[in-house]
Amino acid sequence: MTSQHTRPAIVITGIRGRLARLVATRLMALGERVIGIDSRPFGTPPEGIEVHTLDVRRRQAEDIFRRNEISAVVHMGIVHSRRNTATVGHHFNVVGTQTLLDYCHRRNVPKVVVLSSANIYGPRPGNAQYLDEDTPLLAGETFHDMRDLIAVDMHAQSYFWKHPEIETVVLRPVHIVGRVQNAPSNYLSMSTVPTLMGFDPMIQIIHEDDVVTGIVRALKPGIRGVFNLVGPGAVPLSAMIDAIGGRRLPVPGLAFRLGTALLYRLRLTEFPSPELDHIRYVCMVDGTRSRKVLDFAPEHGIRETLTHLKTMRAER
Amino acid sequence: MTILGDILNTAKQNWDHLGDEVSGERWERILEHTRLSEFGYDAFGYSPDVVKRMLPLAAFLYQRYFRVRAQGMENIPEGRVLLIANHSGQLPFDAMMIVSSVLLEGTRPRMIRSMVEKWIPSLPFASTFFTRLGQVPGIPANCIRLLNSDEGILVFPEGARGISKPWEQRYQLQGFGQGFMRIALETGTPIIPVALVGAEEQAPSIANLESLARRLGMPSFPITPLGLLPLPTRYHLRFGKPMRFRGDPNGEDALILRRVNKVKDRIQQMLEQGLRERTHIFR
Repeated sequence: MTSQHTRPAIVITGIRGRLARLVATRLMALGERVIGIDSRPFGTPPEGIEVHTLDVRRRQAEDIFRRNEISAVVHMGIVHSRRNTATVGHHFNVVGTQTLLDYCHRRNVPKVVVLSSANIYGPRPGNAQYLDEDTPLLAGETFHDMRDLIAVDMHAQSYFWKHPEIETVVLRPVHIVGRVQNAPSNYLSMSTVPTLMGFDPMIQIIHEDDVVTGIVRALKPGIRGVFNLVGPGAVPLSAMIDAIGGRRLPVPGLAFRLGTALLYRLRLTEFPSPELDHIRYVCMVDGTRSRKVLDFAPEHGIRETLTHLKTMRAER
Repeated sequence: MTILGDILNTAKQNWDHLGDEVSGERWERILEHTRLSEFGYDAFGYSPDVVKRMLPLAAFLYQRYFRVRAQGMENIPEGRVLLIANHSGQLPFDAMMIVSSVLLEGTRPRMIRSMVEKWIPSLPFASTFFTRLGQVPGIPANCIRLLNSDEGILVFPEGARGISKPWEQRYQLQGFGQGFMRIALETGTPIIPVALVGAEEQAPSIANLESLARRLGMPSFPITPLGLLPLPTRYHLRFGKPMRFRGDPNGEDALILRRVNKVKDRIQQMLEQGLRERTHIFR
């Protein structure tokens, strides 16, 4: 134990998540020591990771920062499921982030990477085709449950001036696709995919491994700021469904909205009906900044990413 | 039955040859302007395949219905360019014909992207259809992005004020927006003034049911002779010499307006010239 403590470690919150584990594996392969935190109990934690099952809001979480030299924090312990988010999730996300960043400040952690999302710009009919990082975060305008994710992003941004000694990085990836459990991955891997009749917006997806690469790039000393993370390009939703081999089922807007709202109430779906705007309007981002500053370029093409999603789902 | 079959067959053959001008080398030149993904769409969702499928209809309207006479094609340069045109006729056939003229007859054929009303994306079907045809919601950031990749953009600075104006204001340019000039200054884009004579008479607005329009959320609800079908007036289309402007894109309104008015005056002159030279509305 004592020899381990002499090595600085990277803390990953939300380590039970699939993407977080991918980040941990990649960092360990690069020779880093990783400490994971998650409030959800773990079955068998991946080998080599020191895992703490606790809520970051609990005081004892700070012990991890007291007892170890922490070189960076990757904050992925953010709940994206919209159910109950108004109370439990909202508090967990907003207060959890604030508490975590306070530890970083008190314990002189030099680098914090927060995994936000490009969804917080919000799909809107008046959107420019490509939104840059300075675009106002308007997702909460029509979908109130997004407010906590916006608050998390903004809170992290406030550290740019509150604590300039910490290199804070906010990453806003487009729809992450792969083994991750999230709405776009679940949606695209349905065998019959309902779409909104008459709408076929351009969609951007990114391979989960490319997101991991983006996070690793963000950990490089000297990097700070907000970055959109963009995958291999944009394709109409219909072309994406065709490419993955799904069957499209166009449903009239009103029926879709009412149907989803009903199924959501009955807990038969996890898609809240305001999320339907993602298959109605564009919410696309410009990745110029991450390309220039992070030297980030996605390695996986669209077809490859979709094939990956399909294989991952078949294995489950 | 055989007679009807023959008629349908002839019609089909005629139809199949419409838009044949745009094939082979010409089509290749048009495609050169666009960066397409492996899926066949550009970054905005434009699909040349869909355009190609619509070409017979466009060619029919261009050659047979409105029998467009276009001049000044050679004025449209390679690279980034803003086409600034008068807007008229209640329904946007003018946009379709200006885009078609460059595809069918342009000295340097290319797809012109027009800036459409910002509320188009909220309409089912129309949103997708317009996107596939390369039309883009009229948001400055979109226009700047396209010009920076050297596209040609069509803008009607009069917007709904122009297309919905009543009969007694025909060929009188309405208030011009200033956005196009700020964008031209920012991106160093030459402006081609475009004047279209003929569309004004295709659907004279006899009355405008304003209260109904308001209720439907439309800019106007005109009563026209044939409803949605325009009269087969002849279109006279004129592309002027490039106009180049320099200055601060974030300058005062008054300074921008002075430059906007130069373009507007030019188009008004071209309209009047076109009207003088026209001998008949339909011929």
